[in-house]
Amino acid sequence: MTFWLVLAVNSITFGGLLFLLSAGFSLIFGLMRIPNLTHGSLFMLGAYIGATFVIGMLGVKLNFWLAALLATLAVAMMGALAERLLLRRLPGDQMAQVLVTLGLSFMAADFCLMVWGGDPLSVNTPSTLTGFARFGALVFPNYRLAIIVIAVIVAIALWLLLERTRLGAMIRAGVDDPDMARVVGIRVSQLFTIVFALGAGLAAFAGIIGGPILSVYPGLDQDMLPLALVVVILGGTGSLLGSFVGSIIVGFIYNFGQALLPELAYFVLFLPMLLVLLLRPQGLFGRHVP
Amino acid sequence: MSQRIFALLVAFVVLVTLPYWMAGVYYVNVASQILFYAIFAIGLNVLAGYGGLVSLGHAGLFGVTAYATGYMLQLGFGHTVSIIAALIVGLIAMAIYALLSLRSTGIGFIMITLALGEILWGLAYRWISLTGGDNGLSVKTRPEPFGFPLADANTFYYATLVVFLLSLAAMTIFVRSPLGAALMGTRDQPRRMTTLGYHVWAIRFYACIFSGLLTAVSAVLFVYYTQFISPQTLALTSSAEVLLMVISGGAGTLLGPIVGSALVVVVKTVVSGYIERWNFLLGAIFVAIVILMPEGLVPGSVRLWRMAWRKRERRASTLPGGAEANP
Repeated sequence: MTFWLVLAVNSITFGGLLFLLSAGFSLIFGLMRIPNLTHGSLFMLGAYIGATFVIGMLGVKLNFWLAALLATLAVAMMGALAERLLLRRLPGDQMAQVLVTLGLSFMAADFCLMVWGGDPLSVNTPSTLTGFARFGALVFPNYRLAIIVIAVIVAIALWLLLERTRLGAMIRAGVDDPDMARVVGIRVSQLFTIVFALGAGLAAFAGIIGGPILSVYPGLDQDMLPLALVVVILGGTGSLLGSFVGSIIVGFIYNFGQALLPELAYFVLFLPMLLVLLLRPQGLFGRHVP
Repeated sequence: MSQRIFALLVAFVVLVTLPYWMAGVYYVNVASQILFYAIFAIGLNVLAGYGGLVSLGHAGLFGVTAYATGYMLQLGFGHTVSIIAALIVGLIAMAIYALLSLRSTGIGFIMITLALGEILWGLAYRWISLTGGDNGLSVKTRPEPFGFPLADANTFYYATLVVFLLSLAAMTIFVRSPLGAALMGTRDQPRRMTTLGYHVWAIRFYACIFSGLLTAVSAVLFVYYTQFISPQTLALTSSAEVLLMVISGGAGTLLGPIVGSALVVVVKTVVSGYIERWNFLLGAIFVAIVILMPEGLVPGSVRLWRMAWRKRERRASTLPGGAEANP
């Protein structure tokens, strides 16, 4: 019983991280129709930049949350730059988008290897959250519970942003019908940059928050990108609720699959995605067939 | 036209005499790699270039044939039986892959093929009793067709060259055939093709099978070249690399994938010996190609060449008494 409960909490924690990663991916995919294959690299870059400040590699040792904020802003800037300078030139050309995003992810992976080396970096959990929470006989690390809380807070904030603000209404209009949104005077191209920066920042934030659990290592990008893809396909592109539900489902499948069916763990992970693609191509909560 | 035939003749002579002037066995092996990866890229080009169907899971299909070859040989079958069985397994895998992925086009097709590729990779990586997991499978010997031992680098090169030329010829015939024209029609105007009475799905399916055949052939050459197969061969990076070969050289052209294959293999094997950061270089090359030559290296160079040619002609015709014969 304890085993199952611990596994369930771990699954939800991992699902929370996946939500932070895939919410931006889903918005970018839904709004700009760009398969952003750099998303795993943005996650890894955020993790490395954050870890640099937490460990104090440059001689500057920062508080965990300050480092997370810094990494988020830095990677959001990079995302905005990549969108403005490169992706903007390739509207509707999926092959070119695939080529550019893959090229950038090769460069990011090699850059990380060059700067931080091949050894994994371990990031300490922030000192305020090192303890454990007891529920009767059950013991959970505070940090894992904190990740769940953070993911829920971010989800609510994103929901408010999308549903209750003018910017959110413009983004939703852009996702539903970009041509019509342009006609009524929404500057969709400006939205692209904002959404790309937001998505990149969220991915980087997920990277540094996940640092104490996953550690930071070369190849982290290749591990996370397929998971984000599965989440978005399961949940439906451009749908926040879809990302949230999809993340929790994938979190469960991933953790339980690894524990129960190690030989077929990846098969089990990608099978539901395939079923959704075949039976409900728009995803569980999506409105468009990609 | 005669210029083109002359160029092809020169290329043919260069390829046939390559082992005699190439400096060392190492470079002959690099040339073999370029040739079998070119077959792979030509196979993907059928879908990505001529069909408008960007597949990001082709390394999975490549891996299925490679593993099938290795597994058959490990069971003790001869080379001929193993190769034929592996090609059949590869084609069956491609048929299933096509049945699943052709339900969609555009980004949907990219995503389904990516998922299928990842499933195959996951199976190769984790189904240890069949594939040996991370340890991979090794192939002990190379075959000796008609008494030529392929263990020798030069002989292997010539065998690869023959298969490569046959594949290129098959591709040329395919592109010029009614089926090839119909496939390009389904890429550009699927709705109009349906109205004209073409069965768009069937045309795409046949194209998938042809692509799968070329992929399987290159996989057999690959597995005999490296004499080893591991899950890394099926990874997303491998699928990405072949796709990059196709797009960087020029999708939808006959020569593009060959140039792309040469580019990627040379950077991966030769340049990596001098520059430690070759992966960064490869990524930078791809970004640069998209920005400077979005149509790919081969069509891009042809365009630049024509522009320069036209400029020269224009200058010639503005001269007093200049050539008016060439409009």
